[in-house]
Amino acid sequence: MSSQTLSHAAETIDSGDDAPLTDAQAAAAGRQARPLRFITCGSVDDGKSTLIGRLLWDTKAVKEDQAATLRRDSTGKQNELGLPDFALLLDGLQAEREQGITIDVAYRYFATDRRSFIVADTPGHVQYTRNMATGASTADLAVLLVDARAGILEQTRRHATIAALMGIRQFVLAVNKIDLAQYDEARFRAISRDFKEIALSLGVRQVTAIPVSALKGENIVLRGDEAMPWYDGPTLVEVLEKATQRTGQTTGFRLPVQRVSRPGEGFRGYQGTVAGGSIKPGDSVVVLPSGVEANVKAIVTYDLVRNAAVNGDAITLVLDRPVDVARGDMIAAIDQRPQTGRAFNARLVALSPDGVVPGKRYWLKAGARRQRVMVRPTSALDLSTGKWDDATFLPVNGIGVVELDFEDTAIFDSYETNRETGAFILIDPETLNTVAGGMIEGKRTKSGRFDALPDSDRASITLPARLLEAFLKTEFARAHAGEIRVTAPEEAGGE
Amino acid sequence: MNVIEHGRGKPPLDPHLKALENEAIHIFREVAAEFERPVMLYSIGKDSSVLLHLALKAFHPGKLPFPLVHIDTGWKFPEMIAFRDQVVAKHGLDLISHTNPDGLRDNVTPFSHGSARYTDIMKTQALKQALDMGRYDAAFGGARRDEEASRAKERIYSFRTPDHAWDPRNQRPELWSLYNGMIHPGESVRAFPLSNWTEVDIWRYIQAEQIELVPLYFAKRRKIVERDGMLIWAEDKRLELLPGEQVREEMVRFRTLGCFPLTGAVRSEATDLDEVIAELEIATVSERQGRAIDRDQSGSMEKKKREGYF
Ligand SMILES: Nc1nc2c(ncn2[C@@H]2O[C@H](COP(=O)(O)OP(=O)(O)OP(=O)(O)O)[C@@H](O)[C@H]2O)c(=O)[nH]1
Ligand SMILES: [Mg+2]
Repeated sequence: MSSQTLSHAAETIDSGDDAPLTDAQAAAAGRQARPLRFITCGSVDDGKSTLIGRLLWDTKAVKEDQAATLRRDSTGKQNELGLPDFALLLDGLQAEREQGITIDVAYRYFATDRRSFIVADTPGHVQYTRNMATGASTADLAVLLVDARAGILEQTRRHATIAALMGIRQFVLAVNKIDLAQYDEARFRAISRDFKEIALSLGVRQVTAIPVSALKGENIVLRGDEAMPWYDGPTLVEVLEKATQRTGQTTGFRLPVQRVSRPGEGFRGYQGTVAGGSIKPGDSVVVLPSGVEANVKAIVTYDLVRNAAVNGDAITLVLDRPVDVARGDMIAAIDQRPQTGRAFNARLVALSPDGVVPGKRYWLKAGARRQRVMVRPTSALDLSTGKWDDATFLPVNGIGVVELDFEDTAIFDSYETNRETGAFILIDPETLNTVAGGMIEGKRTKSGRFDALPDSDRASITLPARLLEAFLKTEFARAHAGEIRVTAPEEAGGE
Repeated sequence: MNVIEHGRGKPPLDPHLKALENEAIHIFREVAAEFERPVMLYSIGKDSSVLLHLALKAFHPGKLPFPLVHIDTGWKFPEMIAFRDQVVAKHGLDLISHTNPDGLRDNVTPFSHGSARYTDIMKTQALKQALDMGRYDAAFGGARRDEEASRAKERIYSFRTPDHAWDPRNQRPELWSLYNGMIHPGESVRAFPLSNWTEVDIWRYIQAEQIELVPLYFAKRRKIVERDGMLIWAEDKRLELLPGEQVREEMVRFRTLGCFPLTGAVRSEATDLDEVIAELEIATVSERQGRAIDRDQSGSMEKKKREGYF
């Protein structure tokens, strides 16, 4: 499906999946869908907050009293254009206003005639990467900003990488402050080209590049034809209205059990939010880690005893026989089970000043399950080269691959197949702070490889040993680790 | 045990509201499971009414596994207190009402001490007393991120020190829907299940779920006086008129509810939910405009929250 947006956007890299919605689909969406969640990210001062402020302003999401406050707070900070400082609509903390930077994520809600949105405006400063990751973890789309004069910086790469790692597959590259770069088309094309390369290496196939002036509101909601007659692609809002939501799960039924409800004689229900697939009375399920099997007797909610529940529903499940189920257990489809075991591989973003230390026993929380884990980093991404280097420690803001070793059974899907049951956080046992966010690649087998998909579902690549090693270190190999099976010729010959 | 069905014949929620409801229920259950002594702050207003409704849903067919706390300043609209008692009786709730005894003793009023100090003593300090007395380690609140710029920055699990202080510069990362409920003794968490709801979402949900509200939200002829650009309810004899002020009767309603001397009414003809929602969709000012305590100084909400306000 090649929509108008795509054919007009010179810089769009088309893709088969995740194709944008058509006009009609977008219009029909309206409140008939959950809001699109997106983030702004990119290096410090590139104009992220200004862009969202302008977006809110031009979609009439700023009320009169808020506009009056904005004008009052902007006095003294007026730019040469005499426009208010739109970033103040987002930078609501006193420290942020004093320093003129964003420190923590701001969540804002707005709607156009076609769609409603939740935007998380994230901080560009490297010190607050943890807050950027907070915003990225739930987003469907990322608007990555670049200052047209500065081009792509290390922090731009970091944010793009974290966003991609967390499963965002739709990017808008907003080449901002184009007004300060003489609306130079060549400059815009050059930056777009640079980014396209990065995006491909991250496994991101859908990028729409737009030249914008966040401050003047050009190509945000209103077109910037006068200043940029050479650009005939979509405005930012047009792209947002047509973006797709990530579903990101292809597994069977999953119910991480949050609590057991025993309000009275004879009633025993397992409460949780469906984290994959669907369920109806009569279906067979397995309780993990015990492995006990049972059938679903009823799906209870406040409104109705329902005849089905789907992904995202908060339910109370009643089984047909007395089984031992506790908080932290997982109830799953009997024929499509998650992986269980004590050894997994994962990717990690380190979010605390202490980094992630090998040999330390952290708490790991995934779904409603909390357990002890030892973390051993094996490689880390070098943002200046885009290569994975061997590593034993992850410093703050480091992105790495780690081996997880549990003291009792862990239950996961790969993040690629299920974002609910493939994600986890690490908690420092002393400070009790959240120190890392992680995404499961798969269960680790004895040979150190991991399995995200059964071998039969994977593409095979055979490479000579010396190339194989280099290939495995590329971002591409990492991004598709679960889908490809790489072997050296000797091994392949044996099959 | 017979499971009651409350929603027979009711049309299903639209997917937008359903997603918000699911998220809120998830948060309720998570907090109830992870903390030893949770409590819910109940302020009687529309957000609290939605919060309570969601809590009932989350724990159905069981009862709420925690009590409710209401901070009564003594200056609430009488209709609010009557409504509160009705709701408590209807659902068999365990409600604790607390008033700051020091404030009572010192006769602290919005008039004698100014809105900022009054709010600190009768609301913030009162809340801290109530939370300390109950040794609660988690408190649910109905705050929404769309209410105010510093609220927009707050996590769903908002970490508080033993003094109940919020450190906005140092919030825990909060990834996916994985909330970190681990705290040291004395520390606590404020949990906000309605974080991602907007004012319009609240009203649509109230309509879809037929949630009962304090009648003050609907327009009626009420006695008011205009003061500092706000329409103040003037049917309580403790409100002393200033020179030149005149009590008038007008069709008004309230967009938010709090202490009557600090809550501005809006002129309105909206007497039912449909009309309120229609009015809201074309509203040109935000709901916070009617609140004196938010206008004291810029950044005042953040300041109050740092000090322990919820
Ligand atoms: N001329 C011009 N100035 C801009 C534009 N966009 C942003 N600015 C200015 O750039 C400065 C930084 O903008 P912010 O929006 O605060 O940048 P940010 O990316 O949010 O910064 P952090 O959140 O701290 O990383 C402000 O002074 C803006 O007015 C633009 O398109 N044109
Ligand atoms: Mg910013």
